[in-house]
Amino acid sequence: MSLSTVETKAGATPGEEPAVKGIQGRTPLQLVVARLRTDRVAIISIVVIVLIIALAIGAPLIAAITGHGPTDTNVDNGTDANGQPLPPGSAGYLLGTDNLGRDILVRIAYGARVSLLVGVLATAIATIVGVVVGLFAGYYGGWLDSILARIMDVVLSFPYVLFAIVLVSVFGSSLPLTILVIAFFSFAAIGRIVRGQALSQREKEYVEAAHSLGAGNLRIMFVDILPNLVAPVIVLATLLIPTAIIFEATLSFLGLGIALPTPSWGNMLSDAEGVGFQAWWFYIFPMVFLLLTTLAFNLLGDAVRDALDPRTERIFAGRRKKKPA
Amino acid sequence: MPDPSEDGDVLVRAEGIVKHFPIKEGIFFKHQVGSVQAVDGVSLEVRRGETLGLVGETGCGKSTLARSIMRLFPLTAGRLTFDGADLSTLSRSQMRPYRRGMQMIFQDPYGSLNSRRRVGSIIGDPLAIHKLASGAERRRRVQGLMEVVGLNPEHYNRFPAEFSGGQRQRIGVARALALHPKLIVADEPVSALDVSIQAQIINLLEDLQSEFGLTYLFIAHDLAVVQHVSDRVAVMYLGKIVEVAEVKDLYNTPRHPYTNALLSASVVADPDKARTRDRIILSGDVPSPITPPSGCRFHTRCPKAQPICSTEEPLLKRGAQDPSGHLAACHFPVADGEKLASEKATILHTVEGFLAEAPT
Amino acid sequence: MTLLAVDNLTVSFPTADGTVQAVRGLSFSVDTGKTLGVVGESGSGKSVSALTMLGLNPGADISGSALFNGKELLTMSQQDLRKIRGADIAMIFQDPLSSLHPHFRVGWQIAEAIRSHTHVSKQDARSQAVELLRLVNIPQPERRVDAYPHEMSGGMRQRVMIAMALALKPKLLIADEPTTALDATVQAQLMELLVQMQSEVGMAMIIITHDLGVIASVADEVLVMYAGRAAERADARTTFFSPHHPYTRGLLGSVPSATGVIGTRLTPIIGSPPSLISVPTGCGFHPRCPFAMEMCIDEQPDLVPIPAGPSHTSACWLPPEMTGVGIAMDTARQRYASTHRGTRSAKLPGVIAAVEGAAVYA
Repeated sequence: MSLSTVETKAGATPGEEPAVKGIQGRTPLQLVVARLRTDRVAIISIVVIVLIIALAIGAPLIAAITGHGPTDTNVDNGTDANGQPLPPGSAGYLLGTDNLGRDILVRIAYGARVSLLVGVLATAIATIVGVVVGLFAGYYGGWLDSILARIMDVVLSFPYVLFAIVLVSVFGSSLPLTILVIAFFSFAAIGRIVRGQALSQREKEYVEAAHSLGAGNLRIMFVDILPNLVAPVIVLATLLIPTAIIFEATLSFLGLGIALPTPSWGNMLSDAEGVGFQAWWFYIFPMVFLLLTTLAFNLLGDAVRDALDPRTERIFAGRRKKKPA
Repeated sequence: MPDPSEDGDVLVRAEGIVKHFPIKEGIFFKHQVGSVQAVDGVSLEVRRGETLGLVGETGCGKSTLARSIMRLFPLTAGRLTFDGADLSTLSRSQMRPYRRGMQMIFQDPYGSLNSRRRVGSIIGDPLAIHKLASGAERRRRVQGLMEVVGLNPEHYNRFPAEFSGGQRQRIGVARALALHPKLIVADEPVSALDVSIQAQIINLLEDLQSEFGLTYLFIAHDLAVVQHVSDRVAVMYLGKIVEVAEVKDLYNTPRHPYTNALLSASVVADPDKARTRDRIILSGDVPSPITPPSGCRFHTRCPKAQPICSTEEPLLKRGAQDPSGHLAACHFPVADGEKLASEKATILHTVEGFLAEAPT
Repeated sequence: MTLLAVDNLTVSFPTADGTVQAVRGLSFSVDTGKTLGVVGESGSGKSVSALTMLGLNPGADISGSALFNGKELLTMSQQDLRKIRGADIAMIFQDPLSSLHPHFRVGWQIAEAIRSHTHVSKQDARSQAVELLRLVNIPQPERRVDAYPHEMSGGMRQRVMIAMALALKPKLLIADEPTTALDATVQAQLMELLVQMQSEVGMAMIIITHDLGVIASVADEVLVMYAGRAAERADARTTFFSPHHPYTRGLLGSVPSATGVIGTRLTPIIGSPPSLISVPTGCGFHPRCPFAMEMCIDEQPDLVPIPAGPSHTSACWLPPEMTGVGIAMDTARQRYASTHRGTRSAKLPGVIAAVEGAAVYA
C-alpha cells in the first residue's frame, strides 16, 4: 500500500525521529528511578533503610559475634555486682543490657527483623486486599460498592486497640496474628483510594473501547485499569509501611503484639516503664531506631509521590539544570 | 468510493431502537425521577459495503445510537439485527462472539488508548481477548496491522504518549481492524485532529474500506466531511431521525427544515459561497432530552411550525417527487426552491438595540 | 490605520526535553475595523503569539516588538497591561470551562470585568451583564445571570465568554478557536454576532482557528502560520483561490469543501506538524513539501511580495508568479522544483510522495 510505505519512510526522516525521541513514554518505575537519583533526601532515606535491613538480616551474625542471643539472660556478666543492668560501652555490651542482663544491641537487631517483617508483610497483604476490594467496589458500583465501601468505612473508624485485645484474649498474641490484625486495619486506607481511582477510570474511553472489543470485566479491571493505579498504589504502600511498623510497636508495647521474651522495639519500650533517667538506654535506643525507620520510609514515600507526579516536573527540571548530565 | 450495494443486502437493521438513561435521586435508596431519552424510536438500515453518515448536533443522540448498535449497553426497547442475527436482548457474554463482526473507532485519540499499555499490546488486545493468536503469531499480525494503517511496525513497544494525535488515531483503527470486522462504527474519528491529518485519516478509511470490504457507520458533526465520505446520510434531532437520503439528494434538496438550517449554518471553505449564504433562523435553544417537546420534537424552533406539529409526531416518509430512499419526518417538508427565514436581520437588530441602551 | 503591528516576535520556552521554539520571528499587522484570520495547525505558534502579546506568558523568552496603537506591549509593566486587557484588547479562549471561574456566578464574572475598568455601581454592572447575556442570545438572561459555569452547556459558556469580551467594547478582539467546541448552528449565530458588532463598533478582530470555513466566512485578511512563522499573508479571496505557499495549497487540498467537486479524493499533506523542540532547518515545511528544493533545506525564506493580490506575501522559494490551485499550476510548480532539486531534497518524504504517487493535488 502506497500509504504505508510513505508513512514508514516519513518516520525515518531526520525531522521526525528527534521529535519522537524527545517525548519518551516512561514506565512509572523508570520515571521514579530517574527522578529519585536527583533527590538527596530520597537517597539518604534509601541508605538508611538499606542499613536497617542489613541490621535485621545480620542479627544472627551480631549474636554470634557478641556471643549473646536475644533472649539470653547473662546474669553473670550481663549485670553488675548489684544486679543492675550495664550501661552502653561496658565490656562486650555495646549498647548495654536490660534488667535481665540481655544484650540490648542484639535485641535491637532482632527487633529490626520483627519491625521490618511485620511492616512489609502487613503492608503487602493490606495492599493486595485493598487493591482488589477497591477495584471491585469502584468498577462494579451498585450494591457491591455500597457493601464494600461501608465495610471500609467501618474498618477505618473501628477502635483497633479494643479489637486487638479481644483477639489476643481468644487466640493469644503471636506474630501471624499481629500481621493479620495490622493488615486488616490498614487495607481500607488503600481500598478507598483505589476505589476512587477505579471509579474515575471506569468512565474513561479506553475502558469503553475494551468493552467494545468484548473484554470481560475481570480483564478490564486487572489488565486495563490496574496499570493506571500503579503510581498512587506505590506511594500509598510506601507510606503505609511506617504506619504498620508503628502499629506493631504500639500493639507490642501494650502486650497485644509480640510477646516477651522475643524482642520487638515496641515491647522493649514497655520494658522500660518506670525506669526513668537511670537506665536511659532501655528506651532511647528502641525509640531512635523506630524514629529513624519510620522517618526514612515516610520521606521515601514523599519523594516517590513527587517523582510520580507530573506536575512537579519544574522541580526536577531545575535540578537537572544545576547538574547538566 | 464503493458503489452502494443493491437493496436487500442489509448488514444492520435497527427497528424502533429506544435507549433511555434513568435519572435517579435519593440518599439511601435511589429511585428514578425521570430519564434522558437519548434515542427515542430510531429505525435505520446500514447496507453492506456502504458508508452511512450520521449527523446531528450535541445531544441529538447520535453517539448513543452508535453505542446502541454496538450493544455497548442493553437496549431499552427495539430490535437490532446484525448480519441476520438478532442481537436485541443478548447478554454481555452472549454478545462476545458477535463483537468480532463490529468494531468501533473513537473520537478522542488520547483517551481511547490506555496510556499505560504499549501499542503492540493495545492493538493485539482483541486477538488476546478472543484467543485468536498468541506470542510470536500475535506480534506478527499486530505488526502487519500497523503497516496497513501506515505506522512503523518497529514502534511496537512504544507507549501512546510517544505518538502524535493522527498516529494515535491510526492505532485505534488498527485495533478496530484486528478482528477483521464487517462493520466499523466511527464516532467522530477525525474531529479531534488537525486539518491535514484529518484528510490523511479520511483517505486511510476510504482505502481500508475498498481493500477489506468494510461497511461504515460514520458519525460526524462536520457536514462537509460527512458529505465527502458518505453514500447515504441520516440526520438526527433529539433522539429521532428526521431525514435520511442519498448524499447528493440530502445536500441538494433537503426536505426537513432542520436539515435546511443545519446545512445553511455549516461553514464552507469558500469565501464567495460563505458570505452570500443566508442563514436560517432557529429560535431558542435545543430542548432537553429529559422533557422533549410533544408531537414533532423540532416544532419549538421550526420556522414552519403549525398547530398540528405540536400534537402529532410526523413519520419518516418519502416526498412525492423524491427517490425511494429519501425520507423525511415532517408535516410540511421544504419544497424545491422554497426559502426559509433568514437570520442576519435579527442579529443586527439585537446588536443595534444593545448598543443603543448601553451607556458609553 | 494600523492598530497592531507585530515585528519579528520570537517566543521560546525551556523544558525538560529541550527548548520549545513556539514562535520564530513572526511579523504581521492588523488594521482598525478589519478581521485578520490566523490559520495554523497544532504547533504553528498561533495561540502562543496572542497570549504573549497580552503578557500572559511570563516565563517565556520573548524578543521582538508588538505595537498596539503605538505602545509597545512586550515591555509594558503588568500594571499597564492590565489596563489594556479587557478594555482595549479582549481575548476569548478556546475552552470556556477552564476560562471561567468555577466558583463565581457568570453574571458576577461579567460585572467584575466591567467594574475593573469603569466606575459603575454594582447594580449597573449587573444590569449591563444581563443585557450582554441577552445580546449573545442566552435565553432568560435575568435568570441565567446567576448561574454557575458548570450549570451551562458548552455553547452557552462560550457565549458568556464572548459577552465578557464585548462588555467594554474593545478596540481589538482576539478570539482563539472561539467556535471549535460549538455546534454548527450556534457557531453560525456567534460568528454573525461578532461580525455585526465589529461593523457597528469598529472593532478589529483576530480570529485564530484551524477551520478554513470560519476563515472563509469572516476574515478580510488571512495569515497562514506554520512552525512558528508566517507562511503566507493575503486577503481572503486570494488565499483561497490564488495561494502561493505550498502549505496553504496543501491545507486547501485537505478540506472537503474546498476541493471543488465534492467526493473527489482529498490530497492531504503527508506527515505531521513538526516538533517545536527540533524544528526543521531552512524552511520549516520542507520535509512535507511536495515541491521542496535543495535550497529549502538550508535557507529559511523571508516573506516576499506576491503580485497576485494586494499586500500578498509568501515565505517560499518558488517564483512569486506561481499562484493558484489546480493541476496545471501544480504541474508547473513541480517542473520548476525538479530543476532545482539535489540529492538531499530528492529523498524528502513530501517529494517522494509527490513524485511516486499520482499528482499529489488532483
